[in-house]
Amino acid sequence: MADNILEVNTINTFIGQFHILEGVSVTVPKGSITVLLGRNGAGKTTTLKSIMGITPPRTGTILFDGKSVVGKRPYTIAKLGIGYVPEHRAIFKALSVRENLEIAERNKGELERKVDFIFELFPDLKRLYALPGGKLSGGQQQMLAIARALVPDNRLLLIDEPSEGLAPVIIEQLMHAIRVLADKTTVLLVEQNFRMASKLADRYVVIEEGCSVHTGDMSNLVTDAALIQRYLGVA
Amino acid sequence: MNKTFLVIGAVAVGLFLFGLSNANGDLGSFGITIMSGLFQAMLLFLVASGLSIVFGLMDVLNFAQGSFFMIGAYVAYAVHHSPQLIAAIPNADIRFIIALLSAVFVGGVLGVFFERALLRPLYARPIFQIVMTFGVALVIGELIKVVWTPTPYSWTAMFTARSGFFTLFEQQFSTYRLFVIGAGFLLIIGIGLLLQRTRIGIIIRAGVEDSQMVEALGINVRAVFTLVFTLGCAVAALGGAVAAPFLGASTGLANQFLLSAIAIVVLGGLGSYGGTAIASILVGVSVAVIQDWSASPGVNAPVWASLTPMILLVLILLIRPSGLFGKEN
Repeated sequence: MADNILEVNTINTFIGQFHILEGVSVTVPKGSITVLLGRNGAGKTTTLKSIMGITPPRTGTILFDGKSVVGKRPYTIAKLGIGYVPEHRAIFKALSVRENLEIAERNKGELERKVDFIFELFPDLKRLYALPGGKLSGGQQQMLAIARALVPDNRLLLIDEPSEGLAPVIIEQLMHAIRVLADKTTVLLVEQNFRMASKLADRYVVIEEGCSVHTGDMSNLVTDAALIQRYLGVA
Repeated sequence: MNKTFLVIGAVAVGLFLFGLSNANGDLGSFGITIMSGLFQAMLLFLVASGLSIVFGLMDVLNFAQGSFFMIGAYVAYAVHHSPQLIAAIPNADIRFIIALLSAVFVGGVLGVFFERALLRPLYARPIFQIVMTFGVALVIGELIKVVWTPTPYSWTAMFTARSGFFTLFEQQFSTYRLFVIGAGFLLIIGIGLLLQRTRIGIIIRAGVEDSQMVEALGINVRAVFTLVFTLGCAVAALGGAVAAPFLGASTGLANQFLLSAIAIVVLGGLGSYGGTAIASILVGVSVAVIQDWSASPGVNAPVWASLTPMILLVLILLIRPSGLFGKEN
């Protein structure tokens, strides 16, 4: 138990009148990459948003490092040490790359300390530093969104669909970056691209129609073609 | 962007030529028109800037923004003409500075109360918020009548800048207008620097794009909302206080400036601070030029001046549907 940085227990989340999550449970061991798998609309993104307090669960518990985060505002949850990289990047297009990173600082001088590591991980961002985020390509925007979550000392990164709409060569770069990150922090990933997910993750949780239906080690899943076909529709 | 600057250039050149021909080439009289236009532009900017930033960041169209302008005018009038204060501080210049600060303070305090107590519970219900701001505008109007009676007040206790004049092109210009224009430009630059160069400015600009993401980065967006709303109300109240020595204090001020300010916010492009500043100048100067023309003996139709902001808005939206600096979507 103590080795889990995040424990989501049977959460039920509503958006308006719609019951989106109907008992999702996810445990994320410290230092691991855990991936949420499932078809479109299964509830993976809502699970991340529930953890962040953006769509707070109505029932169930979420413990981050043993402390409950349910009912807390998103900014309080973020300050506990959770970085969030939403789907579709959500970078600030009118702000420069530098400003996009600066805004994520929680303590003065944080960016200055991290900027070399960020440029090492995403060299493109160095030459684009003064450009507005809106001028970046999709892949560069994704790199910026992940880099932004690296500025503060986050202990858990929630990354939603990083490969969505990107070219294979960019996906390779992102996979490399996420692997490097996993040496320093814990990652909870949502990924539709099973090839990418299977190469990156240590553990998986399958979400189907708002419920977590299967969980285990990724090494077991990749050898179980029937399970993959059943839950993910991937041959 | 080039089209935007082409439109701005075309309007500016058109105003220049029309204004100059209306003044029969008399630079002195044309200068007075431009000064009057810039004076109005600065007052409009003080209402519109808050309206624009609050709308961009919080998605709240504050129909009470004009009421804060009016409150500023009444507070400044009351403080500057208060018999007790006149007895205590006979120097009218110092009293005027106290009057300005009082208006800003009252506007800010009421702004905090308005945002925290009335708007905050309604963030999930945007339509209710609009109705609330409209209601607050009505209530403020009625309260002003209760406190100060419906009779308008004219500014009588002069101070150095208000009573001074200087001569240019053989015409006398009011020093106070020049003071307001100068202070207005300084404020435009000051707020611009705040938005571009400071951390809070970066947060506000980011919040205009996606306030939920800003919150997910660990920033208390509601506190930023309160700060920005308060500043917007305080700046509008400052506008009223600055206008009062020329326009006096009356209940008509609220709507007179609110409607033009809404036109300016749309004209400049929703949520664009630079657009609001430029649109304020275009509208202010256009109104002054048309005011001059419409009051001339051959035309004698002053209604054209009050219609000018809306006519300019329609014309520019036909060319740039999202306003001068608005995003396409």
